[in-house]
Amino acid sequence: MSPLVKLSQVNKIYSAGEIPLQALKDIDLEVKKGEFIAIIGASGSGKSTLMNIIGLLDRPTSGSYYLENQDTSRFSQDHLAEIRNKKIGFVFQSFNLLPRTSSLDNVALPLIYAKVSSSERIKKTKKLLKELGLEEKINSRPNQLSGGQQQRVAIARALVNDPEIILADEPTGNLDSKSGAEVMSIFESLHKTGKTIVMITHEEDIAKHAKRVIRMKDGQIWTS
Amino acid sequence: MDILETTRSALTSILANRMRSFLTILGIVIGVTSIILLISLVSGLKTYITSQIEGLGSNLLIVIPGRIGGARSPGGVQANRLEYSDAANLRNRLSDQAQVSAAIQRNAALKFGNKNDKGVAIFGVEATYPKVISLNLTRGRFFKESEQQAAKKVAVIGTTVKSNLFGEGKSIGQAIDVAGLKYTVIGILGPRGAIFGIDLDNSIYIPISAAQRQFGIDRLNTIYISANSAGNVKAVQDRATALLKKRLSEDEFTVQTQEQTLSIISQVTGVLTAALGGIAAISLIVGGIGIMNIMLVSVTERTREIGLRKAVGAKPSDIRNQFLIEAIILSGLGGVIGIILGIGLSLLIGKFFTTTVPLWSVGLSFGFSMLVGVIFGVAPAIRAAKLDPIEALRHE
Repeated sequence: MSPLVKLSQVNKIYSAGEIPLQALKDIDLEVKKGEFIAIIGASGSGKSTLMNIIGLLDRPTSGSYYLENQDTSRFSQDHLAEIRNKKIGFVFQSFNLLPRTSSLDNVALPLIYAKVSSSERIKKTKKLLKELGLEEKINSRPNQLSGGQQQRVAIARALVNDPEIILADEPTGNLDSKSGAEVMSIFESLHKTGKTIVMITHEEDIAKHAKRVIRMKDGQIWTS
Repeated sequence: MDILETTRSALTSILANRMRSFLTILGIVIGVTSIILLISLVSGLKTYITSQIEGLGSNLLIVIPGRIGGARSPGGVQANRLEYSDAANLRNRLSDQAQVSAAIQRNAALKFGNKNDKGVAIFGVEATYPKVISLNLTRGRFFKESEQQAAKKVAVIGTTVKSNLFGEGKSIGQAIDVAGLKYTVIGILGPRGAIFGIDLDNSIYIPISAAQRQFGIDRLNTIYISANSAGNVKAVQDRATALLKKRLSEDEFTVQTQEQTLSIISQVTGVLTAALGGIAAISLIVGGIGIMNIMLVSVTERTREIGLRKAVGAKPSDIRNQFLIEAIILSGLGGVIGIILGIGLSLLIGKFFTTTVPLWSVGLSFGFSMLVGVIFGVAPAIRAAKLDPIEALRHE
């Protein structure tokens, strides 16, 4: 079976400053469907840049990225937005929920951009929030939720369009250890249902939950 | 993302910052309110003047000194050479087709006993005046030809003069003091109302002969000519012009029909509308700059939100539309509030002056406010659409 994600000789160079910065150097990486991968590295190791490229938020300076056998370098801005919408689910360290907006509307956001009808949106969103134990919090706003609850809303948002791959950037970074453990157990059960997960972390304890750990240093992959 | 969802999310964001949204649209509100109000005042003025002029009868022609729209002598002041003999000449020569009355006007103070009435319009006219311009007498009579010939000091007074000098008391037969000379009241006119604070009932009519003698005036303000039928208005105009030309040059008088007067008023109010509306439109542009300012602040404030929306699948055009629609809703809302305020204020002022709100002014000001929203919303919306999602998500 061909890999879901295939990066070949990917380089990313930031040339905005006076000295060009090589954030990624000759990255080769394959992610198969259903894998649970942790990318671990110190800050500045290039792991966030790697995730942004996998998530199609950023483009490599050189090298190729095939997603489901399609060359992403040819995609237009609008096509990239569509792929992010339908195939990728992001979970961020700082949750990135819309303020003053209910859990329901936050989770339904990707469905709006997918042009899903209002009744269908509400149905899907409610079902997901229920599965994640947030039934009581459907109409709560982010500031009325605990950190763990906010991250669960964010995970629901990542899952709502049934994406091919979940990209999580330090998903437990802003949580206490109990909430962090809850979030990791959600990822583990998602993995069991066959979801592909790529998670960035700098904590060994968190990385241990993944089935495969990739270590990064100075823009390069050291072990995989 | 469809328009409905975009509108919903724009409304959510507008309502989330109620105070700020209100202050943002205030400029538009003031602009639209003043456009509606000014146009309603000018068109009210036009309606009023038009009805007043039409009330005088469509057969009326007026002769005034100087030439409307014509050349002026150096310094811009045209000497008035219209004399009583011109009016007499017209009356004699046009008697088969028209009635004629000369008129002069002065302002003066009136006295009766210890009562005063200041700034009264004194009209010196001929005995034929009521045949030329319909006057409604509630009591008494107008003066006769013999009284005018003899320069008798008699007066027909307006209702304001009557109430100021006599109150509820008897007025007919009383002698009032007109700028130092005594005139006997012989008639009282019916009420005619006020225009822009000028009380048309604060006036009296006296024989022109008496007025000329008392005030030492030998020039006329106006000669009124009333054609016997609508069909010969043009013929009367041509004949009067030809007669006057024998003594006066073309630049020294104008014979004008009601139709021409109305078209001049229409021109004047048109210019007034454009000028006042234009000034008010400037405040709309200022309001638009206010909207642009707040939209730029809003884009900066919501950079993370924009990044997030892009990460979950918003296209650049979705983001652009969201901010553009937000700007348009803001300006449209300002437009609607401004229209309501403008119509409300115009109704309120309508209790004192004539005001009419033409439908086109509502459409125009609403359309203009929406346009301002589009014009000033485009730059912030494009800025938002162009934001790099990674930078945006990192934004603190």
